[in-house]
Amino acid sequence: MKPFTYLQATDVPSALRAISSSPDARFIGGGTNLVDLMKYGVEQPAHLIDIGKLPLANIEPLPGGGVRIGALARNSDIANHLLIREKAPLLAEAIVAGASPQLRNAATAGGNLMQRTRCYYFYDTGFTQCNKRIPGSGCAARDGLNRIHAILGTSDKCIATNPSDMSVALAAIGATVQVQGNSGPRSIPFADFHRLPGETPQIDTNLNKEELITAIDVPGFPFALNYCYLKVRDRRSYAFALVSVAAMIDVRAGKIHDVRFALGGVAPKPWRVPAAEQQVIGQEPGAEAYGNAADVALKGARTFPHNAFKLELARRSIIRALTTAAVKGERNGNVG
Amino acid sequence: METSVSQPINRVDGPLKVTGRALYTAEHPVPNVAHAVLIMSTIPKGRAASMDTSAAGKSPGVLRVFTPFNAPKLPPSPSGGSPTSRKLNLLQDDQILYSNQPIGLVLADTFENATRGAELVHIRYAPQPFNVVLDKDLNSAFTPEKAGAGGDPANSSRGDHQAGVAAAAAYSEHLYTTPIQTHNPMEPHATIAVWEGSKLTLYDATQGVFSDRQRVAQVLGIPPEDVRVISPYIGGGFGSKGPTWSHVVLAAVAARELNRPVKLVLTREQMFGAIGFRGRTHQTVGLGSSSQGNLTAIRHDTIDQTSSFDQFVEPCGLQARMLYPSPNAHTTHKLVRLDLGTPSFMRAPGECPGNYALECAMDELSYSLKLDPLALRLKNYAEEDPEKKRPWSSKSLRECYRAGAERFGWSKRNPAVRATPEGHYLVGQGMATACYPARRSESNAIATLRPDGTALVEAGTQDLGTGTYTIMTQIAADAIGLAPNQVTFRLGDTDFPKTPVSGGSQTAASTGSAVKMAGQALREKLIQLAVTDPASPLHGLGAGDVTIDGGNFVSAANPRKKESLAALMARHGQNEVSATADAKPGDEQDRYSMYAFGAQFAEVRVDMDLGEIQVSRMVGAFAAGRILNTKTARSQLMGGMVWGIGMALQENTMVDPRRGRVVNANLAEYHVPVNRDVPAIEVILVHEDDPYVSAVGAKGIGEIGNTGSAAAIVNAIYHATGKRVRDLPVTLDRLI
Repeated sequence: MKPFTYLQATDVPSALRAISSSPDARFIGGGTNLVDLMKYGVEQPAHLIDIGKLPLANIEPLPGGGVRIGALARNSDIANHLLIREKAPLLAEAIVAGASPQLRNAATAGGNLMQRTRCYYFYDTGFTQCNKRIPGSGCAARDGLNRIHAILGTSDKCIATNPSDMSVALAAIGATVQVQGNSGPRSIPFADFHRLPGETPQIDTNLNKEELITAIDVPGFPFALNYCYLKVRDRRSYAFALVSVAAMIDVRAGKIHDVRFALGGVAPKPWRVPAAEQQVIGQEPGAEAYGNAADVALKGARTFPHNAFKLELARRSIIRALTTAAVKGERNGNVG
Repeated sequence: METSVSQPINRVDGPLKVTGRALYTAEHPVPNVAHAVLIMSTIPKGRAASMDTSAAGKSPGVLRVFTPFNAPKLPPSPSGGSPTSRKLNLLQDDQILYSNQPIGLVLADTFENATRGAELVHIRYAPQPFNVVLDKDLNSAFTPEKAGAGGDPANSSRGDHQAGVAAAAAYSEHLYTTPIQTHNPMEPHATIAVWEGSKLTLYDATQGVFSDRQRVAQVLGIPPEDVRVISPYIGGGFGSKGPTWSHVVLAAVAARELNRPVKLVLTREQMFGAIGFRGRTHQTVGLGSSSQGNLTAIRHDTIDQTSSFDQFVEPCGLQARMLYPSPNAHTTHKLVRLDLGTPSFMRAPGECPGNYALECAMDELSYSLKLDPLALRLKNYAEEDPEKKRPWSSKSLRECYRAGAERFGWSKRNPAVRATPEGHYLVGQGMATACYPARRSESNAIATLRPDGTALVEAGTQDLGTGTYTIMTQIAADAIGLAPNQVTFRLGDTDFPKTPVSGGSQTAASTGSAVKMAGQALREKLIQLAVTDPASPLHGLGAGDVTIDGGNFVSAANPRKKESLAALMARHGQNEVSATADAKPGDEQDRYSMYAFGAQFAEVRVDMDLGEIQVSRMVGAFAAGRILNTKTARSQLMGGMVWGIGMALQENTMVDPRRGRVVNANLAEYHVPVNRDVPAIEVILVHEDDPYVSAVGAKGIGEIGNTGSAAAIVNAIYHATGKRVRDLPVTLDRLI
């Protein structure tokens, strides 16, 4: 591991000043991903700014039924929080589908948004080709072992997936990321937070390096209790998603009144296609409508030699997740 | 009197382990120790054209950097000649023979500084063409001299295959393949090397302190007596810590050069390549049978991988020779050289993947004959070893089938495939036979009665975490006539009596027999002392009329006539009394075929849309001679069955064919079962008396648990879904 300096930030302005002082400075929260990557030599920051003591761990109600999650709230605390369980149980279910209890106890909300891909070729510096790690070096995954890789939103430069479960739920819910920079605060809609690789796969998000995530705002939904987070994976815990679906559905008078869903494990960012949701509003709930939604969501998918199964798996997973969410809705009795 | 053996007593080392007081290799406090970190190759074949160590040499705390260009020259390295003597990579030349091969060593004052130093060494490679794909190069396969470490011939031929096929009502042949698997014990391989003059002490995570000593001495060109190996606790080995690998010798060489103790611990990533793995297997199994299900032909042809520079055979065909009494049975083993590290022993080498293929083939045959899979096995029950034409020393497989089937509820199974839906799931049930040879080697032990009447028993052997300390304590206690808490057993040290490697499930039978015999010899010595001691109440009795029970000499005729061992010892001037034993296998190995047998049953639930597979229930019934501790035995067998889940569904060391490097060399991406993957598992210990197999009457149980378990699961998946997957692991994409 490359030697680095360490600074404990005491307030947000001093943290922002510190991060601006060097291009090789990084914030560290729970450290569950950054420290791992530093040990592997993938990340080599010269300066670590520890934001762990900043007062950003609160979880509190927002006017209008939403919830504000402080950037430093631990994943476990979010998943177990009564407000989240009541207002956004989809988010709680997605969080506990990820990692292990030990990791969730340490990982922060903001850090979860910033975690980097688990692409084999990114994580192991013994591989010389990875455009995300070494821009311009090539993409080993394209002609390598790409069973776990993306089928949507890829570019010639990168086919890695985003590994977060929490982010898939936040994408479906349509959260807003609150950030603070030296020139003030701004809000980033969740759909705009993560980037597609395009020509610059080394840049994962639209967060500027000199900005700090302060909170994630989760809006309230009248049908938040009709949800399902489905994670399909190679073992039943502590494995990244091959495909995951975060879904919520509102069925009234036998028709789909509203629906939200996003996919994980299939794209470089949480994959939500609003047109797919619009497509089925007004239709009768059921496998046919959900399949139609899936077809729109998966439009333009491009598979690679080892991951062709993901396309059909994603389609079936969408149908299963929406079906499960709708059944939950029926049980909840809010079928209008 | 046997009062302790077989009892489910708790592990005697349990409190030490759960309180962190049991010292594993890397934890031994050694003053002034320097830390070594290996540099591994990242290309599979070629040369290290240059290695620039200037930055590393100047990095804080770095003491020395060894590369092929400056490493101390060792005597020409002998190739070994024993199964635990692998050819090593000791920086003697610039050749790179596989990715993740040791090609350098950085020594520093701390682990962190050594790690940083290793990162700063800049290597320029001269790569060469390579092949890491077994299936691409099958035509180059050659026949090895032997099939495995047991010395069995590579090929076998019983009867006439063509005649057997001609006589069959049905014959089918299928290809079964298993992937590269990596052992992944929780404790990484670790060595601390300490020189005092010409004497070397090695703290080493090894499954064989004596074989380790022998090999290190051989490679360094020093007498074995100058090497002491200490290994009191091991956090799992599964075969990977059987052979002596390169890092052990490199630590010793570095410590000698530095004139300072050196600690070398492998990282998890470094454990994928240079310390063995189970190679990929490519097995063609053909079975022919009469319409009633009597086997008329068995064919089992195996092609394994080995390295470009050494040879290891995964002997998959051995069970096809002895498990079923077909008059015609033919097996072959071949090897293909790949530019990967040398494969090695991994829990049930040969038996595990071989049994998977054979038992899946039996399952396939049962469906084509419309016979119950269990009935097909019973129809082909071998009453003697059909290959060697010898009786079994004992065989209780029929009882295993019966007990397992009953507990599992096999008779209630619907024989039709894809016929048991339950919600989104398809439920299926499968079974398989389990089998593992009962091995034994020469072993020694010493038993000493201490002045306070308690005993110290010692043997060089190893405890891989399986319970050796506990069962040896029980055996010694019974043999001497003490309670287990009056016996201290010590192991893991070449200063103790010589014992074999803990491999091939042989420790209980080999060293257990030596401990029993040493304990009995001590008991006889003590009784002799008592009956000839005028001050003893036992004086004058015949030696045969006195027993030792619970720490007391007791007259058999008059139990009130007794005396404590401590009282006798006090009169004998506090002297210790010792007895040794050398327990050797006899000609029983030539007169009998000796195996442990078992029956495995599994139930799976397969998501019919998403392909996800849950193992929902497992039952294993095993007969392995005398069970020395029913608690540790149950745990070990259960652990083997969990390995079956991993093998069937998850484990897969994936090598990028274009880059020749493992892509998932970590425990996040190399999947082994987690708690949630492991269902309720029932282990049935079937009673078995075997008068021939060993002095303690035990067959090994370390490996049989993961024979048959993968096949039972894969067979259950077929029963659930109607899909036969013959290439492991069965991941969900194979079922959608």
